[in-house]
Amino acid sequence: MLQFIFKRLLHMIPLLLGVSLLTFLLMALSPGNYFTALQQNPQISPETVARLKAQFHLDRPWYVQYVFWLGNVLSGNFGYSMAYKISATSLILARLWNTFLLSFSALIIAWGVALPLGIWAAVKKDSWVDRACSLLAFMGLSVPDVLLSLLALWFAAATGWFPVGGAESPLHDFMSSAQQFWDRVHHLILPAIVLAASDLAGIMRRMRSCLLDTLHAEYVTAARARGLGEGWVVWKHALRNAINPLLTIFGYSLAALLSGAFIVENIMAWPGLGRLTMEAFFAKDSYLVVDCVVMATALLVIGNFIADILLAWSDPRIRLK
Amino acid sequence: MAGGGILIVLYLIALFAGFIAPYRFDDLNTDYSFHPPIWPKLQGFHFVVPRYEPGSGTFVYRLVPNDTKPLHFFVHGDNYKLFGFIPATIHLFGTGDPHHPVYLLGTDQFGRDVLSRLLYGSEISLSIGIIGILLSFTFGMIIGGISGYFSGWTDTIIMRLCELIMSIPALYLIISLRNTFPPSMSSTQVYAMIIIILSFIGWAGMARVIRGMTLSLREQQFVLAARSLGQSHLKIIVRHILPNTFSYVIVAATLSVPYYILGEVVLSFLGVGIQEPNASWGNMLTAAQNTEYLQNYPWLLAPGAAIFITVLAFNFLGDGLRDAADTKSL
Repeated sequence: MLQFIFKRLLHMIPLLLGVSLLTFLLMALSPGNYFTALQQNPQISPETVARLKAQFHLDRPWYVQYVFWLGNVLSGNFGYSMAYKISATSLILARLWNTFLLSFSALIIAWGVALPLGIWAAVKKDSWVDRACSLLAFMGLSVPDVLLSLLALWFAAATGWFPVGGAESPLHDFMSSAQQFWDRVHHLILPAIVLAASDLAGIMRRMRSCLLDTLHAEYVTAARARGLGEGWVVWKHALRNAINPLLTIFGYSLAALLSGAFIVENIMAWPGLGRLTMEAFFAKDSYLVVDCVVMATALLVIGNFIADILLAWSDPRIRLK
Repeated sequence: MAGGGILIVLYLIALFAGFIAPYRFDDLNTDYSFHPPIWPKLQGFHFVVPRYEPGSGTFVYRLVPNDTKPLHFFVHGDNYKLFGFIPATIHLFGTGDPHHPVYLLGTDQFGRDVLSRLLYGSEISLSIGIIGILLSFTFGMIIGGISGYFSGWTDTIIMRLCELIMSIPALYLIISLRNTFPPSMSSTQVYAMIIIILSFIGWAGMARVIRGMTLSLREQQFVLAARSLGQSHLKIIVRHILPNTFSYVIVAATLSVPYYILGEVVLSFLGVGIQEPNASWGNMLTAAQNTEYLQNYPWLLAPGAAIFITVLAFNFLGDGLRDAADTKSL
C-alpha cells in the first residue's frame, strides 16, 4: 500500500511541473502585461517602469522568468501581486481556505442528501419516491451552474432569508465569535447548495443503480431466504458491496467540486480561488493568474490522488498494478 | 427521440434567426427600457398588439386602452442578412409600426428586444457548440488513433500531454487560454478564438479514450489482414480502426456539446467572450446578475431558460443514443 502511495506521489510531481510550465508559457504568450498600462501613464517615468520590470524579471525571456518563478514557489513564496500590492502568498492562502470551505460544505451536502435518497429510491423501486428522485436527478443534471446560481441569487434577494453573495457581512468584525461563526455559516449555505446540486443528481443516480445491481445478486436472495429482515439485508449485505464504485466517485467528486466552484464563486461573489483568478485576469496580473491556475490544478491532482488511494484501499487488485 | 426533435427545432430556429426575430439585436429603443413582455391578444379572429406608455416612476409601463394594432405576418422590418449573406427585410411577424412594438419577451436595459437577441444569440451559442465538438473530436480521434496504433514513445509522450491538459480544471484552462489572446478583438476573431479555446480543452479526453479502444482494436484480425495487403499505417487507422469507435464517439459527442455551449456561455458571461453589441446567451445573462434587475424584470432570465432547454434536449438525445448503442447497460 505504501509503495502504491509512493508511486502515485512520484507521478504527481512531474505532472505539476508540466502544468506550471504550460500555464507559464500561455501567460508568456499573452500580449502586454501589467506594466503596459503603467507605461501609458504619463505620470510614471519610463525608468521606474523599467526598474519595476527588472525587479519582477519581466524583461527576461520566459524560460528565465519561469526558473525564477519556480524557485520562488518551491520556497513557499508566491511572489508579489502587482495589482493588489500585497504578497500573493497571503492572498492566495486566504482565498484557498474559502474555496476549501465551500467545496467541503458542498461535498457534505451533496453526499449527505444523495446517498439516503439513492438508497431510498433503490429500495422502493418504481414507487413515487423513485420517480420523483429520477426526475430530480435529471433536472439537477441539466440545469447549468450559471442558471442555478442566478436563480439562487434571485431567491435570496426575493425572500431575504439569505444574503446575496459574499462570505461575510459588513459588520463581521464587530460581532462576537459565536455570531461571527453563524454569520459565516449563513453566507455559506446558498453557495454550497448551488455547488452541491449538480453533483447530487449524479451521485443519487449512481447510488440507486449500484444498489439495484447488488439487490439482484444471489447472496441477497439467499439472505432473504434465510429469513433475515429486509433492513438487515440491505444494510449489512447489499450496501457494503454497492458502496464500492461510489468510493471512486467520492474522490473524483471532491476534485470536481474544487474546480467547479469557479462559476459559483464568480456569480455569487464568494471570495475564493476562482474569483481571484478572474480579478487577476482583469487586472492583467499574469503571475497571479498563473499562481491561481497552478494552485487549482494542484487541488484537482490532490483530489484525484485521494481518489486513487481510496480506490486502492477498497479494492486490493488495484494495488498490484 | 424527443430530445432530437427539440434540437432540430432549435437549430432550425437558429438558422432562421434573422427571419423570426422581429428586430435586430442592436436595435436600441431607450424609451422602452425594461419593458415587460407584450403579448398579442385575441380579438375575434385576429391577433392585436396592445400598446404601453411610460407610467409613473422609472421603467414602469401602463397599458393604453383601446390602442391596439393588428399583428401581421411576413411584414417588412429592419434589414438583416438571412444565413449571413442574403439581405432581406421580411420578418415572420410584426406590426409594421414602430410605435407599436411587439416585445414578446420584453426588453433589456437598452430597450433591445430580448426575444430578438435570444434568437441571434442562439445562432452563436448553438453553432459554437457544434463546430467546437467537430474540431476537437476530429483532432482527438486522430491523435488518439495514432497514439494507440504506434505505441512506445509516441504513445507515452502524447498520453502525458493529454494527462497534463486534463489535469487543469477546465474553466481555469479556459481563462489562461483567454489570457493569451488580446483583451479586445473583433467579433469574428472572438468567435474563432472561443472555438479554438474550447477545442483545446476537449481533445485530450477524447484522445485518451480512443487510444484505449485503438489498443484493443489493433490486435484484431482485420488489421493484420489490411497490413499484409500492404496498406499504409495512416490508412489503416483512418479507414479501419477509427470507424469502429464511432458508436462511442457519437454518444460522447452528443453528451459533450452542452459543456461546449456552457463554456461559451461562461466566457461571455464573465465578459471575456462575445462582446456587446453582439448578442450571446452568456452576454444577456450578465444583466441578470444584478439582483435588483432580476427581481423587477424577471424576463431577463430568458436566455437561462433557453440554455436549460438546450442542455436538457442534448441530455435526452445522448441518453437515448447511449441506450441504443450500449446493449449491456441496465
